Amino acid sequence: MTAEFPSPFPGLALVALLDAIPHGVAVVDRECKIVAINQTLEALTGVTLAEVRGVYVDFVLRSNIARRGRTFREALAGDPLTVEGDIVSRDRRKIPMRFTISPLQGSADEPAGLVIVLDDLSDVVNSAGLGATEDVADSIIGQSPKMREVFELIPLMAHTEASVLITGETGTGKDKVAEAIHKRSSRAAKPFIKINCGALPESLLESELFGYVKGAFTGAVKDKPGMFRLAQGGTLFLTEIGDMPLPLQVKLLSVLDDREFFPLGGEKKVQVDVRIIAATHRPLKERVAEGLFREDLYYRLNVLHLHLPPLRERETDTRFLINHFLRTFAERTGSSVKSFSDEALRLLMDYAFPGNIRELRNIVEYCVNICQTRQIEAGDLPKYLFARLAPTAAAPVAEPVPPEQAPPPPRETGRDWLSIEKELIVGTLTQTRGNRSKAAALLGWGRTTLWRKLKTHGLVGPAEAGIENEAG
Amino acid sequence: MKILLTVQDNSIAPRFDQATEIMIAEHDGPRLNAEPRTIILPHRSAEELSDLIVKEGVECVICGGIEESFHKFFTWKKITVIDGVIGDHAEALDRCLAGELQPGTVLPSAQGKG
Repeated sequence: MTAEFPSPFPGLALVALLDAIPHGVAVVDRECKIVAINQTLEALTGVTLAEVRGVYVDFVLRSNIARRGRTFREALAGDPLTVEGDIVSRDRRKIPMRFTISPLQGSADEPAGLVIVLDDLSDVVNSAGLGATEDVADSIIGQSPKMREVFELIPLMAHTEASVLITGETGTGKDKVAEAIHKRSSRAAKPFIKINCGALPESLLESELFGYVKGAFTGAVKDKPGMFRLAQGGTLFLTEIGDMPLPLQVKLLSVLDDREFFPLGGEKKVQVDVRIIAATHRPLKERVAEGLFREDLYYRLNVLHLHLPPLRERETDTRFLINHFLRTFAERTGSSVKSFSDEALRLLMDYAFPGNIRELRNIVEYCVNICQTRQIEAGDLPKYLFARLAPTAAAPVAEPVPPEQAPPPPRETGRDWLSIEKELIVGTLTQTRGNRSKAAALLGWGRTTLWRKLKTHGLVGPAEAGIENEAG
Repeated sequence: MKILLTVQDNSIAPRFDQATEIMIAEHDGPRLNAEPRTIILPHRSAEELSDLIVKEGVECVICGGIEESFHKFFTWKKITVIDGVIGDHAEALDRCLAGELQPGTVLPSAQGKG
Protein backbone atom coordinates (compact mmCIF):
# COMPACT_ATOMS: atom_id res chain seq x y z
CA MET A 1 0.00 0.00 0.00
CA THR A 2 1.25 3.43 -0.80
CA ALA A 3 0.89 6.04 1.90
CA GLU A 4 -1.60 8.88 1.48
CA PHE A 5 -0.23 12.42 1.46
CA PRO A 6 -3.06 14.87 2.09
CA SER A 7 -2.66 18.23 0.44
CA PRO A 8 -1.95 21.08 2.85
CA PHE A 9 -4.46 23.18 0.92
CA PRO A 10 -8.03 21.82 0.98
CA GLY A 11 -9.39 21.46 -2.51
CA LEU A 12 -5.96 21.62 -4.10
CA ALA A 13 -4.45 18.28 -5.02
CA LEU A 14 -0.85 17.51 -4.08
CA VAL A 15 0.02 16.98 -7.73
CA ALA A 16 -1.26 20.44 -8.63
CA LEU A 17 1.14 21.86 -6.06
CA LEU A 18 4.01 19.86 -7.46
CA ASP A 19 3.22 20.95 -11.02
CA ALA A 20 3.88 24.54 -9.97
CA ILE A 21 7.53 23.68 -9.26
CA PRO A 22 9.79 24.17 -12.30
CA HIS A 23 11.87 21.06 -11.53
CA GLY A 24 11.17 17.37 -11.72
CA VAL A 25 9.66 16.31 -8.40
CA ALA A 26 8.76 12.88 -7.08
CA VAL A 27 7.08 12.07 -3.79
CA VAL A 28 7.58 8.50 -2.57
CA ASP A 29 6.31 6.56 0.42
CA ARG A 30 8.38 4.74 3.02
CA GLU A 31 8.87 1.83 0.65
CA CYS A 32 10.30 4.21 -1.93
CA LYS A 33 7.30 3.69 -4.20
CA ILE A 34 5.90 6.55 -6.22
CA VAL A 35 3.05 8.51 -4.67
CA ALA A 36 3.16 11.50 -6.98
CA ILE A 37 5.30 12.96 -9.75
CA ASN A 38 4.83 16.34 -11.34
CA GLN A 39 4.44 17.17 -15.03
CA THR A 40 8.10 18.13 -15.43
CA LEU A 41 9.18 14.70 -14.27
CA GLU A 42 6.54 13.07 -16.46
CA ALA A 43 7.99 14.89 -19.43
CA LEU A 44 11.53 13.87 -18.51
CA THR A 45 10.79 10.21 -17.89
CA GLY A 46 8.07 9.70 -20.46
CA VAL A 47 5.72 8.01 -18.00
CA THR A 48 2.50 9.27 -16.43
CA LEU A 49 1.67 9.27 -12.75
CA ALA A 50 -1.21 6.86 -13.38
CA GLU A 51 1.21 4.37 -14.95
CA VAL A 52 3.85 4.49 -12.23
CA ARG A 53 1.95 5.10 -9.01
CA GLY A 54 3.23 2.40 -6.64
CA VAL A 55 6.34 1.63 -8.74
CA TYR A 56 9.77 1.72 -7.06
CA VAL A 57 11.27 5.14 -7.71
CA ASP A 58 14.55 3.69 -9.09
CA PHE A 59 12.74 2.28 -12.09
CA VAL A 60 11.04 5.56 -12.88
CA LEU A 61 13.95 7.95 -12.46
CA ARG A 62 16.53 5.80 -14.30
CA SER A 63 19.30 7.54 -12.40
CA ASN A 64 22.82 6.41 -11.64
CA ILE A 65 22.58 7.40 -7.97
CA ALA A 66 20.08 4.86 -6.71
CA ARG A 67 22.50 2.03 -5.82
CA ARG A 68 19.56 -0.39 -5.93
CA GLY A 69 17.51 1.93 -3.73
CA ARG A 70 20.11 2.28 -0.96
CA THR A 71 20.47 6.04 -1.50
CA PHE A 72 16.75 6.58 -0.92
CA ARG A 73 16.60 4.28 2.08
CA GLU A 74 19.53 6.12 3.64
CA ALA A 75 17.69 9.41 3.14
CA LEU A 76 14.66 7.94 4.89
CA ALA A 77 16.81 7.05 7.85
CA GLY A 78 18.71 10.30 8.10
CA ASP A 79 18.91 13.92 7.08
CA PRO A 80 18.17 15.49 3.70
CA LEU A 81 20.87 14.79 1.19
CA THR A 82 22.01 16.26 -2.10
CA VAL A 83 23.62 14.00 -4.69
CA GLU A 84 24.83 14.77 -8.19
CA GLY A 85 24.35 12.20 -10.92
CA ASP A 86 22.38 11.78 -14.09
CA ILE A 87 19.22 10.28 -15.53
CA VAL A 88 18.36 8.83 -18.93
CA SER A 89 15.38 10.74 -20.24
CA ARG A 90 12.50 9.54 -22.41
CA ASP A 91 14.33 10.82 -25.50
CA ARG A 92 17.36 8.74 -24.50
CA ARG A 93 19.52 11.66 -23.39
CA LYS A 94 21.79 11.37 -20.38
CA ILE A 95 21.02 14.51 -18.39
CA PRO A 96 23.22 15.58 -15.48
CA MET A 97 21.09 16.23 -12.41
CA ARG A 98 21.33 17.37 -8.83
CA PHE A 99 19.03 15.25 -6.66
CA THR A 100 17.83 16.82 -3.45
CA ILE A 101 16.25 14.10 -1.35
CA SER A 102 14.36 15.22 1.76
CA PRO A 103 12.43 13.09 4.26
CA LEU A 104 8.78 14.01 4.77
CA GLN A 105 7.90 13.95 8.41
CA GLY A 106 4.65 12.18 9.15
CA SER A 107 2.56 12.43 12.26
CA ALA A 108 4.76 9.92 14.07
CA ASP A 109 8.50 10.37 14.55
CA GLU A 110 9.26 8.29 11.50
CA PRO A 111 9.31 9.92 8.09
CA ALA A 112 6.28 9.14 5.95
CA GLY A 113 8.29 9.21 2.76
CA LEU A 114 10.61 11.33 0.65
CA VAL A 115 10.39 14.22 -1.70
CA ILE A 116 12.98 14.08 -4.48
CA VAL A 117 13.71 17.21 -6.49
CA LEU A 118 15.70 16.95 -9.71
CA ASP A 119 17.65 20.01 -10.75
CA ASP A 120 18.91 19.93 -14.39
CA LEU A 121 22.67 20.68 -14.46
CA SER A 122 23.09 20.53 -18.25
CA ASP A 123 23.90 24.21 -18.60
CA VAL A 124 26.47 24.12 -15.79
CA VAL A 125 28.19 21.03 -17.14
CA ASN A 126 28.22 22.23 -20.75
CA SER A 127 29.56 25.67 -19.90
CA ALA A 128 32.34 24.03 -17.92
CA GLY A 129 33.27 22.01 -21.00
CA LEU A 130 32.49 18.75 -19.25
CA GLY A 131 30.12 17.43 -21.88
CA ALA A 132 30.42 13.72 -22.31
CA THR A 133 31.09 13.98 -26.02
CA GLU A 134 33.27 17.07 -26.07
CA ASP A 135 36.37 15.23 -27.22
CA VAL A 136 34.63 12.89 -29.63
CA ALA A 137 35.08 15.12 -32.58
CA ASP A 138 38.74 15.92 -31.98
CA SER A 139 39.50 17.88 -35.10
CA ILE A 140 36.56 16.56 -37.08
CA ILE A 141 34.08 19.30 -37.77
CA GLY A 142 30.43 18.97 -38.59
CA GLN A 143 26.98 19.72 -37.29
CA SER A 144 24.82 18.05 -39.93
CA PRO A 145 22.62 15.12 -38.88
CA LYS A 146 24.72 12.67 -40.89
CA MET A 147 27.91 13.79 -39.15
CA ARG A 148 26.22 13.70 -35.76
CA GLU A 149 25.52 10.03 -36.41
CA VAL A 150 29.20 9.52 -37.20
CA PHE A 151 30.22 11.30 -33.97
CA GLU A 152 27.92 9.06 -31.99
CA LEU A 153 29.36 5.92 -33.54
CA ILE A 154 33.02 6.84 -33.01
CA PRO A 155 33.05 6.20 -29.22
CA LEU A 156 31.13 2.97 -29.70
CA MET A 157 33.61 1.72 -32.27
CA ALA A 158 36.45 2.81 -30.01
CA HIS A 159 35.24 0.53 -27.26
CA THR A 160 35.38 -2.67 -29.24
CA GLU A 161 38.33 -4.60 -30.61
CA ALA A 162 36.63 -5.47 -33.87
CA SER A 163 38.03 -4.38 -37.23
CA VAL A 164 36.51 -1.23 -38.66
CA LEU A 165 36.00 -0.45 -42.34
CA ILE A 166 35.63 3.25 -43.10
CA THR A 167 34.27 4.12 -46.51
CA GLY A 168 33.66 7.45 -48.13
CA GLU A 169 34.71 9.54 -51.07
CA THR A 170 38.14 11.08 -51.23
CA GLY A 171 38.59 13.99 -48.86
CA THR A 172 35.75 13.08 -46.49
CA GLY A 173 38.01 12.67 -43.46
CA LYS A 174 38.51 8.90 -43.24
CA ASP A 175 41.99 9.33 -41.76
CA LYS A 176 40.78 11.68 -39.07
CA VAL A 177 37.95 9.39 -38.09
CA ALA A 178 40.34 6.42 -37.87
CA GLU A 179 42.62 8.43 -35.61
CA ALA A 180 39.68 9.56 -33.48
CA ILE A 181 38.62 5.94 -32.99
CA HIS A 182 42.16 5.03 -31.95
CA LYS A 183 42.44 7.98 -29.57
CA ARG A 184 39.22 7.08 -27.83
CA SER A 185 40.13 3.39 -27.53
CA SER A 186 42.01 1.57 -24.79
CA ARG A 187 44.92 1.43 -27.26
CA ALA A 188 45.29 5.22 -27.28
CA ALA A 189 48.60 5.13 -25.42
CA LYS A 190 50.03 2.72 -28.01
CA PRO A 191 51.05 3.55 -31.59
CA PHE A 192 48.66 4.53 -34.36
CA ILE A 193 50.39 3.61 -37.59
CA LYS A 194 49.05 4.52 -40.98
CA ILE A 195 50.09 2.90 -44.23
CA ASN A 196 48.77 3.69 -47.68
CA CYS A 197 48.19 0.41 -49.48
CA GLY A 198 47.78 2.16 -52.82
CA ALA A 199 51.00 4.15 -52.70
CA LEU A 200 53.56 1.35 -52.71
CA PRO A 201 54.33 -1.46 -55.15
CA GLU A 202 53.45 -4.94 -53.94
CA SER A 203 56.89 -6.11 -52.85
CA LEU A 204 57.63 -2.88 -51.00
CA LEU A 205 54.23 -2.87 -49.33
CA GLU A 206 54.79 -6.42 -48.12
CA SER A 207 58.14 -5.56 -46.57
CA GLU A 208 56.69 -2.37 -45.06
CA LEU A 209 53.80 -4.25 -43.49
CA PHE A 210 55.45 -7.45 -42.35
CA GLY A 211 59.11 -6.48 -42.18
CA TYR A 212 62.02 -8.67 -43.19
CA VAL A 213 65.05 -10.33 -41.74
CA LYS A 214 68.64 -9.59 -42.62
CA GLY A 215 69.63 -11.27 -45.86
CA ALA A 216 66.05 -11.86 -47.02
CA PHE A 217 66.90 -10.18 -50.30
CA THR A 218 69.62 -8.05 -51.82
CA GLY A 219 69.88 -4.89 -49.80
CA ALA A 220 68.30 -6.36 -46.66
CA VAL A 221 71.37 -5.62 -44.60
CA LYS A 222 69.56 -5.63 -41.27
CA ASP A 223 66.27 -6.75 -39.77
CA LYS A 224 63.30 -4.47 -40.36
CA PRO A 225 60.38 -4.82 -37.97
CA GLY A 226 57.51 -3.79 -40.32
CA MET A 227 54.38 -1.82 -39.53
CA PHE A 228 52.54 -4.67 -37.84
CA ARG A 229 55.25 -5.01 -35.23
CA LEU A 230 55.64 -1.25 -34.86
CA ALA A 231 51.94 -0.99 -34.13
CA GLN A 232 52.13 -3.68 -31.43
CA GLY A 233 49.39 -3.05 -28.86
CA GLY A 234 48.03 -0.21 -30.95
CA THR A 235 46.15 0.33 -34.18
CA LEU A 236 47.25 -0.22 -37.76
CA PHE A 237 45.38 1.99 -40.19
CA LEU A 238 45.38 0.59 -43.71
CA THR A 239 44.21 3.34 -45.99
CA GLU A 240 43.26 2.69 -49.63
CA ILE A 241 42.78 -0.97 -48.73
CA GLY A 242 40.85 -1.38 -51.98
CA ASP A 243 44.11 -0.93 -53.87
CA MET A 244 45.98 -3.65 -52.00
CA PRO A 245 47.34 -6.29 -54.40
CA LEU A 246 45.54 -9.65 -54.22
CA PRO A 247 48.54 -11.75 -53.04
CA LEU A 248 49.02 -9.41 -50.09
CA GLN A 249 45.33 -9.60 -49.26
CA VAL A 250 45.80 -13.32 -48.57
CA LYS A 251 48.64 -12.63 -46.18
CA LEU A 252 46.70 -9.86 -44.44
CA LEU A 253 43.70 -12.14 -43.96
CA SER A 254 45.96 -14.77 -42.47
CA VAL A 255 47.39 -12.25 -39.99
CA LEU A 256 43.93 -11.05 -39.03
CA ASP A 257 42.83 -14.60 -38.35
CA ASP A 258 45.93 -15.96 -36.63
CA ARG A 259 47.46 -12.77 -35.23
CA GLU A 260 50.86 -14.03 -36.31
CA PHE A 261 52.99 -14.05 -39.46
CA PHE A 262 56.40 -14.77 -40.90
CA PRO A 263 58.46 -11.68 -41.80
CA LEU A 264 59.99 -11.83 -45.28
CA GLY A 265 62.77 -14.39 -45.24
CA GLY A 266 62.07 -15.21 -41.61
CA GLU A 267 61.74 -18.67 -40.13
CA LYS A 268 60.18 -17.62 -36.85
CA LYS A 269 56.59 -16.53 -36.52
CA VAL A 270 55.94 -13.14 -35.02
CA GLN A 271 52.89 -12.71 -32.84
CA VAL A 272 51.12 -9.38 -32.88
CA ASP A 273 48.28 -7.71 -31.02
CA VAL A 274 47.12 -5.03 -33.43
CA ARG A 275 43.70 -3.63 -34.14
CA ILE A 276 42.99 -3.02 -37.82
CA ILE A 277 41.12 -0.04 -39.16
CA ALA A 278 40.87 0.00 -42.95
CA ALA A 279 39.60 2.70 -45.25
CA THR A 280 38.87 3.03 -48.90
CA HIS A 281 37.12 5.33 -51.32
CA ARG A 282 36.47 2.43 -53.67
CA PRO A 283 33.25 0.41 -53.68
CA LEU A 284 34.69 -2.75 -52.14
CA LYS A 285 31.66 -4.90 -52.85
CA GLU A 286 31.99 -4.14 -56.56
CA ARG A 287 35.68 -4.92 -56.43
CA VAL A 288 34.82 -8.24 -54.79
CA ALA A 289 32.42 -8.96 -57.65
CA GLU A 290 35.12 -8.03 -60.16
CA GLY A 291 37.57 -10.39 -58.48
CA LEU A 292 39.87 -7.55 -57.45
CA PHE A 293 39.26 -7.89 -53.73
CA ARG A 294 38.97 -11.06 -51.71
CA GLU A 295 35.50 -11.66 -50.37
CA ASP A 296 36.73 -13.30 -47.17
CA LEU A 297 38.96 -10.32 -46.40
CA TYR A 298 36.08 -7.97 -47.13
CA TYR A 299 33.90 -9.68 -44.53
CA ARG A 300 36.82 -9.89 -42.09
CA LEU A 301 37.40 -6.12 -42.30
CA ASN A 302 33.76 -5.16 -42.50
CA VAL A 303 32.87 -6.19 -38.94
CA LEU A 304 32.05 -2.58 -38.16
CA HIS A 305 31.34 -0.31 -41.07
CA LEU A 306 31.34 3.46 -40.95
CA HIS A 307 30.41 5.47 -44.02
CA LEU A 308 31.40 9.11 -44.17
CA PRO A 309 28.98 11.27 -46.15
CA PRO A 310 30.33 13.45 -48.96
CA LEU A 311 30.24 17.20 -48.38
CA ARG A 312 27.32 17.65 -50.80
CA GLU A 313 25.19 15.62 -48.40
CA ARG A 314 26.28 17.76 -45.45
CA GLU A 315 24.69 21.00 -46.58
CA THR A 316 24.67 22.70 -43.21
CA ASP A 317 28.35 21.93 -42.74
CA THR A 318 29.69 23.64 -45.88
CA ARG A 319 29.19 27.18 -44.59
CA PHE A 320 30.52 26.18 -41.20
CA LEU A 321 33.65 24.62 -42.71
CA ILE A 322 34.26 27.60 -44.98
CA ASN A 323 34.28 29.92 -41.98
CA HIS A 324 36.41 27.54 -39.96
CA PHE A 325 39.11 27.22 -42.63
CA LEU A 326 38.98 30.96 -43.32
CA ARG A 327 39.74 31.71 -39.67
CA THR A 328 42.42 29.02 -39.54
CA PHE A 329 44.33 30.14 -42.65
CA ALA A 330 43.91 33.84 -41.92
CA GLU A 331 45.47 33.30 -38.48
CA ARG A 332 48.20 31.05 -39.83
CA THR A 333 49.26 33.41 -42.60
CA GLY A 334 48.65 36.62 -40.65
CA SER A 335 46.27 37.70 -43.39
CA SER A 336 43.70 40.41 -42.79
CA VAL A 337 41.05 38.51 -44.78
CA LYS A 338 37.89 38.44 -42.70
CA SER A 339 35.09 37.12 -44.85
CA PHE A 340 33.75 36.00 -48.22
CA SER A 341 31.55 38.34 -50.23
CA ASP A 342 27.96 37.20 -50.74
CA GLU A 343 28.72 36.44 -54.39
CA ALA A 344 31.82 34.37 -53.61
CA LEU A 345 29.95 32.54 -50.90
CA ARG A 346 27.06 31.80 -53.23
CA LEU A 347 29.43 30.38 -55.83
CA LEU A 348 31.07 28.18 -53.22
CA MET A 349 27.75 26.98 -51.87
CA ASP A 350 26.65 26.07 -55.42
CA TYR A 351 29.81 24.08 -56.06
CA ALA A 352 29.64 20.28 -55.69
CA PHE A 353 33.11 19.79 -54.13
CA PRO A 354 33.99 16.45 -55.70
CA GLY A 355 37.17 16.53 -53.63
CA ASN A 356 35.05 17.11 -50.51
CA ILE A 357 36.58 18.75 -47.43
CA ARG A 358 40.12 18.50 -48.74
CA GLU A 359 39.11 20.47 -51.82
CA LEU A 360 37.14 23.00 -49.79
CA ARG A 361 40.10 23.47 -47.49
CA ASN A 362 42.46 23.97 -50.43
CA ILE A 363 40.10 26.46 -52.07
CA VAL A 364 39.87 28.53 -48.90
CA GLU A 365 43.65 28.39 -48.44
CA TYR A 366 44.11 29.52 -52.05
CA CYS A 367 41.67 32.40 -51.55
CA VAL A 368 43.31 33.56 -48.32
CA ASN A 369 46.68 33.64 -50.10
CA ILE A 370 45.40 35.31 -53.26
CA CYS A 371 43.06 37.89 -51.74
CA GLN A 372 44.61 41.30 -51.18
CA THR A 373 41.67 42.87 -49.39
CA ARG A 374 39.66 42.10 -46.26
CA GLN A 375 36.90 40.38 -48.21
CA ILE A 376 37.31 37.49 -50.66
CA GLU A 377 35.47 38.32 -53.89
CA ALA A 378 34.27 35.97 -56.64
CA GLY A 379 37.37 36.94 -58.66
CA ASP A 380 39.61 35.56 -55.91
CA LEU A 381 38.18 32.06 -56.28
CA PRO A 382 40.16 29.51 -58.31
CA LYS A 383 39.19 29.74 -61.97
CA TYR A 384 38.50 26.05 -62.32
CA LEU A 385 35.44 26.52 -60.14
CA PHE A 386 33.88 28.66 -62.84
CA ALA A 387 34.66 26.08 -65.49
CA ARG A 388 32.88 23.40 -63.50
CA LEU A 389 29.97 25.60 -62.60
CA ALA A 390 29.41 26.86 -66.13
CA PRO A 391 27.41 23.95 -67.61
CA THR A 392 24.81 23.98 -64.83
CA ALA A 393 24.67 27.55 -63.62
CA ALA A 394 22.46 29.95 -65.49
CA ALA A 395 23.71 33.09 -63.85
CA PRO A 396 26.20 35.05 -65.89
CA VAL A 397 28.63 35.15 -62.98
CA ALA A 398 29.03 31.40 -63.28
CA GLU A 399 30.46 31.73 -66.79
CA PRO A 400 34.20 31.31 -67.08
CA VAL A 401 35.79 34.69 -66.67
CA PRO A 402 38.60 35.12 -69.17
CA PRO A 403 41.32 37.08 -67.41
CA GLU A 404 41.78 39.24 -70.52
CA GLN A 405 38.18 40.44 -70.30
CA ALA A 406 37.86 40.98 -66.64
CA PRO A 407 41.19 41.64 -65.01
CA PRO A 408 40.86 43.00 -61.50
CA PRO A 409 41.88 46.65 -61.38
CA PRO A 410 45.61 46.63 -60.57
CA ARG A 411 45.41 49.69 -58.33
CA GLU A 412 42.89 47.92 -56.10
CA THR A 413 44.48 44.52 -55.86
CA GLY A 414 48.06 45.07 -56.86
CA ARG A 415 47.81 42.17 -59.31
CA ASP A 416 49.26 42.17 -62.79
CA TRP A 417 48.96 39.86 -65.78
CA LEU A 418 51.77 37.62 -64.57
CA SER A 419 50.03 36.95 -61.26
CA ILE A 420 46.76 36.28 -63.05
CA GLU A 421 48.49 33.91 -65.47
CA LYS A 422 50.11 32.10 -62.56
CA GLU A 423 46.76 31.79 -60.87
CA LEU A 424 45.24 30.45 -64.10
CA ILE A 425 47.97 27.83 -64.46
CA VAL A 426 47.67 26.73 -60.82
CA GLY A 427 43.89 26.55 -61.13
CA THR A 428 44.03 24.49 -64.31
CA LEU A 429 46.65 22.13 -62.92
CA THR A 430 44.51 21.63 -59.82
CA GLN A 431 41.60 20.83 -62.09
CA THR A 432 43.64 18.24 -64.00
CA ARG A 433 45.12 16.94 -60.75
CA GLY A 434 48.63 17.86 -61.85
CA ASN A 435 48.42 16.36 -65.33
CA ARG A 436 50.41 18.86 -67.42
CA SER A 437 49.38 17.47 -70.83
CA LYS A 438 45.71 17.88 -69.97
CA ALA A 439 46.34 21.31 -68.42
CA ALA A 440 48.18 22.47 -71.55
CA ALA A 441 45.31 21.25 -73.74
CA LEU A 442 42.77 23.06 -71.56
CA LEU A 443 44.78 26.26 -71.71
CA GLY A 444 45.22 25.96 -75.46
CA TRP A 445 49.00 25.89 -75.21
CA GLY A 446 51.57 23.37 -76.29
CA ARG A 447 53.12 21.29 -73.53
CA THR A 448 56.45 23.08 -74.01
CA THR A 449 54.79 26.47 -73.66
CA LEU A 450 53.19 25.37 -70.41
CA TRP A 451 56.54 24.06 -69.19
CA ARG A 452 58.23 27.37 -70.01
CA LYS A 453 55.55 29.30 -68.19
CA LEU A 454 55.77 26.98 -65.20
CA LYS A 455 59.47 27.75 -65.00
CA THR A 456 58.84 31.48 -65.41
CA HIS A 457 56.46 31.41 -62.47
CA GLY A 458 58.71 29.24 -60.36
CA LEU A 459 56.22 26.41 -60.35
CA VAL A 460 58.77 23.64 -60.93
CA GLY A 461 61.23 22.37 -58.39
CA PRO A 462 64.94 23.17 -58.93
CA ALA A 463 65.82 19.51 -59.46
CA GLU A 464 63.15 19.10 -62.10
CA ALA A 465 64.18 22.30 -63.79
CA GLY A 466 67.80 21.13 -63.79
CA ILE A 467 66.89 17.83 -65.45
CA GLU A 468 64.99 19.67 -68.11
CA ASN A 469 67.89 22.05 -68.70
CA GLU A 470 70.31 19.16 -69.11
CA ALA A 471 67.88 17.36 -71.40
CA GLY A 472 67.18 20.44 -73.38
CA MET B 1 16.91 -16.27 -32.03
CA LYS B 2 18.30 -14.63 -28.91
CA ILE B 3 16.71 -12.06 -26.61
CA LEU B 4 18.82 -10.27 -24.03
CA LEU B 5 17.29 -8.61 -20.97
CA THR B 6 19.16 -6.35 -18.57
CA VAL B 7 17.94 -7.37 -15.14
CA GLN B 8 18.00 -6.21 -11.53
CA ASP B 9 16.61 -8.76 -9.10
CA ASN B 10 13.31 -9.82 -10.66
CA SER B 11 12.87 -6.69 -12.73
CA ILE B 12 14.19 -5.13 -15.89
CA ALA B 13 17.19 -3.01 -14.80
CA PRO B 14 16.31 0.68 -14.82
CA ARG B 15 19.32 1.59 -16.94
CA PHE B 16 21.25 -0.20 -19.65
CA ASP B 17 24.61 1.33 -18.67
CA GLN B 18 24.15 0.52 -14.98
CA ALA B 19 23.19 -3.11 -15.46
CA THR B 20 25.37 -5.73 -13.80
CA GLU B 21 23.24 -8.71 -14.66
CA ILE B 22 21.78 -9.91 -17.91
CA MET B 23 19.59 -12.75 -19.02
CA ILE B 24 19.79 -14.39 -22.43
CA ALA B 25 16.82 -16.35 -23.71
CA GLU B 26 16.97 -18.43 -26.87
CA HIS B 27 13.68 -19.05 -28.56
CA ASP B 28 12.09 -20.40 -31.67
CA GLY B 29 8.98 -18.39 -32.38
CA PRO B 30 6.92 -17.98 -29.22
CA ARG B 31 8.60 -20.92 -27.43
CA LEU B 32 11.83 -20.84 -25.42
CA ASN B 33 14.40 -23.44 -26.43
CA ALA B 34 15.72 -23.71 -22.88
CA GLU B 35 15.72 -21.97 -19.52
CA PRO B 36 17.16 -18.46 -19.97
CA ARG B 37 20.74 -18.20 -18.74
CA THR B 38 21.86 -15.43 -16.44
CA ILE B 39 25.25 -13.76 -16.70
CA ILE B 40 26.72 -11.57 -13.95
CA LEU B 41 28.81 -8.81 -15.53
CA PRO B 42 32.18 -7.98 -13.97
CA HIS B 43 31.33 -4.27 -13.84
CA ARG B 44 28.99 -1.66 -15.24
CA SER B 45 29.92 -0.78 -18.81
CA ALA B 46 27.54 -0.01 -21.63
CA GLU B 47 30.37 -0.41 -24.14
CA GLU B 48 31.36 -3.89 -22.95
CA LEU B 49 27.72 -4.91 -22.75
CA SER B 50 27.23 -3.69 -26.33
CA ASP B 51 30.22 -5.76 -27.41
CA LEU B 52 28.80 -8.81 -25.71
CA ILE B 53 25.41 -8.30 -27.36
CA VAL B 54 26.99 -8.15 -30.81
CA LYS B 55 29.29 -11.11 -30.16
CA GLU B 56 26.45 -13.24 -28.78
CA GLY B 57 24.42 -12.60 -31.90
CA VAL B 58 21.51 -11.19 -29.90
CA GLU B 59 18.60 -10.05 -32.04
CA CYS B 60 16.47 -8.26 -29.46
CA VAL B 61 17.42 -6.28 -26.35
CA ILE B 62 14.88 -5.52 -23.61
CA CYS B 63 16.06 -2.86 -21.20
CA GLY B 64 15.18 0.21 -19.20
CA GLY B 65 16.63 3.60 -20.09
CA ILE B 66 19.31 3.54 -22.77
CA GLU B 67 21.28 6.37 -24.34
CA GLU B 68 20.53 7.33 -27.91
CA SER B 69 24.03 6.49 -29.14
CA PHE B 70 23.71 2.87 -28.00
CA HIS B 71 20.17 2.66 -29.34
CA LYS B 72 21.42 3.86 -32.72
CA PHE B 73 24.34 1.47 -32.60
CA PHE B 74 22.01 -1.49 -32.11
CA THR B 75 19.61 -0.26 -34.77
CA TRP B 76 22.58 0.03 -37.08
CA LYS B 77 23.57 -3.54 -36.23
CA LYS B 78 19.96 -4.56 -36.98
CA ILE B 79 19.29 -5.44 -33.34
CA THR B 80 15.80 -4.57 -32.08
CA VAL B 81 15.76 -2.54 -28.87
CA ILE B 82 12.67 -2.48 -26.66
CA ASP B 83 13.68 0.15 -24.13
CA GLY B 84 12.04 2.05 -21.31
CA VAL B 85 10.42 -1.14 -20.02
CA ILE B 86 9.43 -1.14 -16.33
CA GLY B 87 8.38 -4.34 -14.61
CA ASP B 88 9.12 -7.99 -14.00
CA HIS B 89 11.62 -9.51 -16.44
CA ALA B 90 9.68 -12.76 -16.78
CA GLU B 91 6.56 -10.83 -17.75
CA ALA B 92 8.57 -8.72 -20.18
CA LEU B 93 9.99 -11.84 -21.82
CA ASP B 94 6.57 -13.47 -22.09
CA ARG B 95 5.13 -10.39 -23.71
CA CYS B 96 8.10 -10.10 -26.07
CA LEU B 97 7.70 -13.71 -27.17
CA ALA B 98 4.02 -13.02 -27.80
CA GLY B 99 5.01 -9.97 -29.86
CA GLU B 100 3.21 -7.64 -27.46
CA LEU B 101 6.03 -5.72 -25.82
CA GLN B 102 6.50 -2.10 -26.87
CA PRO B 103 9.16 0.44 -25.89
CA GLY B 104 8.11 2.45 -22.81
CA THR B 105 5.78 -0.22 -21.49
CA VAL B 106 5.05 -0.11 -17.74
CA LEU B 107 4.03 -3.69 -17.01
CA PRO B 108 1.30 -4.44 -14.44
CA SER B 109 3.88 -6.30 -12.34
CA ALA B 110 5.71 -3.00 -11.72
CA GLN B 111 2.76 -1.78 -9.70
CA GLY B 112 2.33 -5.12 -7.96
CA LYS B 113 -0.61 -6.05 -10.16
CA GLY B 114 1.07 -8.77 -12.16
